[in-house]
Amino acid sequence: MKLKLLAAAAVATFAFAGAAQAHKAWLQPSQTVFSSKGAWLTVDAAVSNDLFYFNHVPLPLERLQITAPDGSAVQPQNASTGKLRSVFDVELAQEGTYKIAMNNEGMFASYKLGGEAKRWRGKASEFKAGIPAGATEVNASESLGRVETFATVGQPSNGALKTTGKGIELVPVTHPNDLFAGESASFQLLIDGKPAPGLKVEIVPGATRYRDQQNEIHLTTGADGKFEVKWPAAGMYWLETASEDAKTTLAEAKQRRLSYVAVFEVLPQ
Amino acid sequence: MKLSSFKVLIPALALPMPAFAADLELNIEIPRINAAEYHRPYVAAWIEKADNTVASNLAVWYDVDMKNGEGTKWLKDMRQWWRRSGRSLSMPVDGVSGATRPVGQHALSFKGNSKPLAGLAPGNYTLVVEAAREVGGREMLSIPFQWPGKAQNLSAQGKTELGKVKVTVKP
Repeated sequence: MKLKLLAAAAVATFAFAGAAQAHKAWLQPSQTVFSSKGAWLTVDAAVSNDLFYFNHVPLPLERLQITAPDGSAVQPQNASTGKLRSVFDVELAQEGTYKIAMNNEGMFASYKLGGEAKRWRGKASEFKAGIPAGATEVNASESLGRVETFATVGQPSNGALKTTGKGIELVPVTHPNDLFAGESASFQLLIDGKPAPGLKVEIVPGATRYRDQQNEIHLTTGADGKFEVKWPAAGMYWLETASEDAKTTLAEAKQRRLSYVAVFEVLPQ
Repeated sequence: MKLSSFKVLIPALALPMPAFAADLELNIEIPRINAAEYHRPYVAAWIEKADNTVASNLAVWYDVDMKNGEGTKWLKDMRQWWRRSGRSLSMPVDGVSGATRPVGQHALSFKGNSKPLAGLAPGNYTLVVEAAREVGGREMLSIPFQWPGKAQNLSAQGKTELGKVKVTVKP
């Protein structure tokens, strides 16, 4: 029951990502640059208003996917979900870049049954069985959301950053573990494997508790899906973008909601 | 790496030898720091080209003797060195890496015709020294110089993790 609730909270977060008052989902790595193999990374996973504080709900870990530099899957260790955050460790046995990702694919629907408004959430494959006979005004949508972060041992590599051609994905032009204050970085965003022009990107520096303003950086991707950001200072940064279209996999769903979140660490010069 | 040293060797061969008879002396001061928990700093010294790429590594001082190579864990704290060069090297590097040094003045001298200066093409460079101390701070000093050029006595004064750093070019 509890797990279901948490999952629901996370799905809701992804679904409404992009709205002005949205909660923010994130995976925060303990550090992103390592000099020796066999090092341990620990990651916090939560949904909150503030970056990066545990004050709302944890991100559930069922959909966690860790990819090693050679493309193989890595199992998280010491995973635990508390009231306010999930946490897990990753042993970095290889040289190169690891991708730590939460991939959320789901479907949700609202409907009326006997005059009463109801809601349903689940996988697309469970949709038909999940909506009771006699339901009216069924309004369904699919969602595909990613929350990612990256960590590198030694030289940054791109093997773990291969895209899948589904939903919003980030292609590094500047490597996500090679970011420095005062320098510009560029990235490309894809939707279903194709450059995504005109996507609105919001970037918020961490440690929001210790300042009065969010200090968001607003950017829009160009015709080639690329955007460039000049990091104003060192620290952790949260990046978010979202999109909607009608490319659903089920005929019953009229719209598809896509979102993408990444957490980057920018180092001092 | 091999390719680039090959490239610079060609003009070197075309020039009269005396132009390369310069030597370089480096003096790095590790300042005394009053700290409840003091660890000797990790220090890297290298020569950068105008585009910030590394022309040559002169010294990397770290905990070379820790078992299982655990001393390499903090090499990334010398952030710029790590980024420019360290992360693509396999430590330890012969003739470059060595143990951490105590408080005091440390003189290093390099002959122009042998490693790590052999093959350094004539031009403008920057000598960079970066120090990072466990449970402490980090500091980086840059000193531009000409190679081989005229005789040069250059220095920079550190404020926290480094004392005075002196570079002498002796044609």
